[in-house]
Amino acid sequence: MAEQANSLVQIRDLYKRFSISGDLLDQLQFKGGKLTRHREYVHAINGVSLDVMQGEALCVVGESGCGKSTVARTVMGLLSPTAGQIAYRGERIDNLSDKQMLPYRKKMQMIFQNPYASLNPRMTIVETLQEPIKFHNPSMTRGEIQDKIAEVMLSVGVDPSWGERYSHEFSGGQRQRISIARALAVNPEFIVADEPISALDVSIQAQVLNLMMDAQEQRNLTYLFITHDLSVVEHFGTRVAVMYLGSLCELASTKQLFSNPRHPYTQALMSAIPRLEDDRPDYIKLTGEVPTPVNLPSGCVFHGRCPHANERCKQEIPVLTALDDGTQVACHGVEEDRL
Amino acid sequence: MPLLEVNNLEVCFGLRSGAVKALRDVSFTLQRGERLGVVGESGAGKSVLGFSIINLLSRPGHISSGSVHFEGKDLASLAPEELRSIRGNRISMIFQDPMMTLNPVLTIGVQMVECLLAHRRISKADAKRIALKKLQQVQIPSPEKRLDQYPHELSGGMRQRIVIAIGLLLDPDIIIADEPTTALDVTIQAEIMDLMLNLCEQNNVALILITHDLGVVSQVTQRMLVMYAGRIIEQGPTKEIINDAQHPYTQGLMNALPQMALPGQKLNQIKGTMPPLQRIPKGCSFNPRCEYVMDICKQTLPSFTQSGNCQVACHMVAEPMQDKMLIKEV
Repeated sequence: MAEQANSLVQIRDLYKRFSISGDLLDQLQFKGGKLTRHREYVHAINGVSLDVMQGEALCVVGESGCGKSTVARTVMGLLSPTAGQIAYRGERIDNLSDKQMLPYRKKMQMIFQNPYASLNPRMTIVETLQEPIKFHNPSMTRGEIQDKIAEVMLSVGVDPSWGERYSHEFSGGQRQRISIARALAVNPEFIVADEPISALDVSIQAQVLNLMMDAQEQRNLTYLFITHDLSVVEHFGTRVAVMYLGSLCELASTKQLFSNPRHPYTQALMSAIPRLEDDRPDYIKLTGEVPTPVNLPSGCVFHGRCPHANERCKQEIPVLTALDDGTQVACHGVEEDRL
Repeated sequence: MPLLEVNNLEVCFGLRSGAVKALRDVSFTLQRGERLGVVGESGAGKSVLGFSIINLLSRPGHISSGSVHFEGKDLASLAPEELRSIRGNRISMIFQDPMMTLNPVLTIGVQMVECLLAHRRISKADAKRIALKKLQQVQIPSPEKRLDQYPHELSGGMRQRIVIAIGLLLDPDIIIADEPTTALDVTIQAEIMDLMLNLCEQNNVALILITHDLGVVSQVTQRMLVMYAGRIIEQGPTKEIINDAQHPYTQGLMNALPQMALPGQKLNQIKGTMPPLQRIPKGCSFNPRCEYVMDICKQTLPSFTQSGNCQVACHMVAEPMQDKMLIKEV
């Protein structure tokens, strides 16, 4: 696999679909006196290629159902791709057995959206934190483990003397800190964070974001940050990938994307962010609803809602093309220079 | 005379561990056609406020003192039958999750007609006609078809439009919207907020918008209340508060927004978390988290001070200390 300089994780032409037609008996249908097998799929990811560079925070944004969480889970190996490849430092990891995957699990950790569901309510904080350390470092002595736990708890701003408490005794923000501590406990290089602050209040969001930025600086982490909140991206991201209905529409550096969004969907998404403003500004109105990923539209997935769509958009799927300023856009309109 | 006048409202939840006051001393007014925003973090009491206006609190919660005057009637002490003629009719409510609000086993049409027949003596055919008209008002494509559909057949944004249509069915005077767009995506949120704004303006309906999203409040409402730990700590015209918040908590909330910091820089966080209602500190409830805390803040509850067109409950605003006010500019 071709390796770009500095690229930590390579995602190549990734496809993921989920069957929604149940088991074999559910799939059988009588049609015209014949028994046929009928299968339906949700096409969650359709040919996504991405590189996560060493030390960056790559943000993946999009609306619900666009496949951003599926990308995160597939990269982590929690889901196996239908087609395509995922590589970590040039080594392919999507086809490994659980055992072969083990050394990578130590380097790649995940933070989940809901800190109320991702912490085991029957474990104390110390138990929660020592489980991954013990599992990945069987040779560590008890003293070393305790030191490590105290270190990560301190680094996320949770008092180590609270270790014997259970997760229900903590607030949402504290729980999310503990989830981050659990991810940091095995000294990972790469962290996938799936909407880590969406369930938190504004003042707590700021605390958790600051914490994640500190951790990145101190531990030289690389983030794949999944979110629907563009204002967070502007602050946190090095580069941004915008997804719509399982496809990548635009990939650019944060600065580029916010100063000069090219894809019509990105433009609409940005104009819809509610900002602190006196009056309701004009925003780009999208018509219609997001189509279902079960029956994907032909051509560009966005053409049904796009104000600039023409015949070609309905027929031909646009490919991600690099522009002069480094932005990569998948849009016929931009390619034809009419946008 | 204001359309709605809330005076010293106090709401108690009787728990085994003792009574918890979810709202304390809440007073505000709402004019006809006015759009009022209620902001605060989770647990600040904003939803309880919405519920208690139409006395929808269920045990162990109850209004322990204060009044809610609507057209000369005190809703807090009204008999259940009379209250029912106002709820849903004159004052309607829109909730956060449209999937939980709509009955999954009834078609949209049945739910809308049911609501109309409960409040008005009209024929079923007429009720259906009104339902159809309201669906058109909320810009739902092919409304005739929707009447026979079930909630699960529609997307989240579409469901929230239906909920709004139901809220508007009886031409209410006030709509209380409790986080109406929180469960929706940004592009859909923009559409729904725009729709609500237009409908309220066209029909001269007053809106109480409960949300944690300061951006939405700044764009939609004319006046706003900021709540913290069960109390209103600042209220006034939205423009003034957004541009020049006086209370340290309101300032903190706004400065914590990512757009207020330069990219890559640390966000301005408010230290600590909101205290649980059982353990609200003495004096000003914000004092343990406040960077400008003074001795008096730990002892005495601040009363409202008039500052411009805003009312602020803060000792610092009451007795401005010049050096500290300067820090705020940073």
